[in-house]
Amino acid sequence: MTESNGTTTASNADGMPRRSFPVAFIYILNAIIGAALAIPTLIYLLVPPKGRKQSALVDAGDVSQLTPGVPVEMSFQVSRVDGWKALTEKRTAWVVKHTDNTIVAYGPQCTHLGCAYHYEEATKKFICPCHTTYFSIAGEVLSGPAPRPLDRYITKVENNRLMVGALKPVDGSKA
Amino acid sequence: MQKTKLQEIIDVIDDRTGIPSGISHFMGEDIPASSGWHQIFGSVAMFMILVQFFTGIMLAFNYAPTPGLAYDSLRYIMTEVTGGRLMRGLHHWGASMIIVIVVLHMIQVFIYGAYKKPREATWMVGVILLLLTLAYGLSGYLLAWDNRAYWGTVVTTQIAATIPGLGPYVSRLLASTGDIGVVTFARFYAAHVLLLPPITMMLIMLHVILVRRHGVAPQVGDELLPKKKFFPEQVFKDTVAIFIAFAILFTLAIAVRVPLERMADPTDTTYVPRPEWYFLFLFQTLKLFDGPLEVLGTVVFPTLAIVAMLAAPFIDRGKMVKVSQRFVAMGVVALAAIGWGGLTAAAVKSTPPQKASALIDFSGPTQWMQLKSGELSGIYFYKDQKCEVCHNVTAGSVAKNGPNLLGTGGRHPAAWMLDHFKNPQKGNPNSAMPAVNLTDDQMKDLASAMAALTEENGDLVATAPDFATHGASLYQKNSCAACHQLNGEGGEMGPPMNGLASRRTEAWVAEHFANPEKMSPGTPMPVYAFSKAEMDDVLQYLFTLPDKAPGK
Repeated sequence: MTESNGTTTASNADGMPRRSFPVAFIYILNAIIGAALAIPTLIYLLVPPKGRKQSALVDAGDVSQLTPGVPVEMSFQVSRVDGWKALTEKRTAWVVKHTDNTIVAYGPQCTHLGCAYHYEEATKKFICPCHTTYFSIAGEVLSGPAPRPLDRYITKVENNRLMVGALKPVDGSKA
Repeated sequence: MQKTKLQEIIDVIDDRTGIPSGISHFMGEDIPASSGWHQIFGSVAMFMILVQFFTGIMLAFNYAPTPGLAYDSLRYIMTEVTGGRLMRGLHHWGASMIIVIVVLHMIQVFIYGAYKKPREATWMVGVILLLLTLAYGLSGYLLAWDNRAYWGTVVTTQIAATIPGLGPYVSRLLASTGDIGVVTFARFYAAHVLLLPPITMMLIMLHVILVRRHGVAPQVGDELLPKKKFFPEQVFKDTVAIFIAFAILFTLAIAVRVPLERMADPTDTTYVPRPEWYFLFLFQTLKLFDGPLEVLGTVVFPTLAIVAMLAAPFIDRGKMVKVSQRFVAMGVVALAAIGWGGLTAAAVKSTPPQKASALIDFSGPTQWMQLKSGELSGIYFYKDQKCEVCHNVTAGSVAKNGPNLLGTGGRHPAAWMLDHFKNPQKGNPNSAMPAVNLTDDQMKDLASAMAALTEENGDLVATAPDFATHGASLYQKNSCAACHQLNGEGGEMGPPMNGLASRRTEAWVAEHFANPEKMSPGTPMPVYAFSKAEMDDVLQYLFTLPDKAPGK
């Protein structure tokens, strides 16, 4: 018997393997393996890690001396967990005591693309230098590309001390 | 026949890149008629390597490669990232399985004589790939940065340092001349993830090219039979084997917890380091040689074994014979297997049991470490009095005769509980509970343990190890808290117990219990005569306390 005698018996005339059973099986087994790896991987990468306890409100300072209508930048220490690391870091807030004595603490970043904004004494507005968004001291967008009012910290005043919690976006874009 | 749209696209891709016809050329390789199930190992090994690459990259996405943080981030992966424990399990068990599969691959090739001329180079590249696999194991072992990783690597690097002449240079290369530290860690990490993978990939490519160049080794009689195609029959067999291997790996990763021990502690004098199971035989070989002969075990024999493996095709230059007649090859494999098995068994047998405190899984619940000594002692009496026969302390568990005790502290004050322990029928005449047989102090501990059980931490009872509860009960019994602070409670006359592990050795503290005056002259601490078992538990308890009291 020679080699050439036998080789043709393994295939059909069109060159396709004769037995299709193992071929389908190969695809199925590979698909199962693929799914068994892909699904846990997506979960691993996309499901947020189990949260740890949010730290309670922290003391940001005395607010009894604030002048109504004049924003003041206050800084405070926050402890948080970043991945596997426990951090204590400095945060700042623009704190405004309104004329009705309510106190609001804004997050220090423009709601457009996260630049740091500052308060302009002359115009009595917050201005973001990146793309010239103006915010009123009530946090509203006056002009510029920012899509929503300034984000606010959850706050509470206890014995004239400003207690600051998490940062929350104010709902609703421009009215 | 009309070409389908898909076929047209494939044809264009083929014309421009040649990839589709390349794949069908690869799949259509001629293989000898004798090919079959015995040749699956190469494909399985390749698949397992790819799984290692994949899971390794996934782990790296959540991993900080520096000592200390490496441990924290791995713990984060295992306790907080969903699917993280599975990912580490796959990588850990995959490493062990690769060793098994690569060795089986080698044994098959050896027994079948497939390393003979003209396939010498294929075989030698394979031997180098085996060594690389071991190098992955060695370098990856350190990356968990727990006690096991640290102490295992200490021994490995010390062995490397004994190589005559080269030893000091190897040590310098591994940055292990002094202590195992940040630089050593960086070298091991870089080797594991930057150096070894590309080398492995290139050598695997070379290995496969060489297999293709010479074809799958035929057996005696194959020349008379028609050749087969690689696809689909052999591919089918390979795929089935890969599937089985993957199923085993996946099951191991889910079912067998890979523990994370205490963070690497270079001052721990009680830890018994042992290498990974596949290095135990080398470890044992070492013990056969003493003093100046040690170098035989550390360097000479391993080197000779590697040289012998590499040289196998040149030692055995005989013609291909039937597998069933390759007695010498089979004898060599059998001898190697017996030698390896014997040495490994001897190493396992000679391994002293690790202390319970060394085996605490830090990727599991460890809240019990935060408990006050009275609460932990109460858990001891809870078990001692067999309370769990009638009561549950985990949320959502099947009801037993007595009520679930979660949240008892919120429902009843301590005084009520003490009354209830002494006379269960006083509060509820129909109660079937027998009176608790404990002293007043012990009952107080039991009551404080009950008060500590809330909806979230009912597993405290199950997860607090026996040495800790027993140790805490002895701590309570001897009123240690009168003079010492522990987890924020107790007197301040003596030094605090938190942080004891970083200040003293266990031997020192044991001696101090027996003879305080000798260890610290002038101390008001009385002598404590513990039995051996008591001393063991007290020491392990004190040495597993958190370094700082919780909340400080």
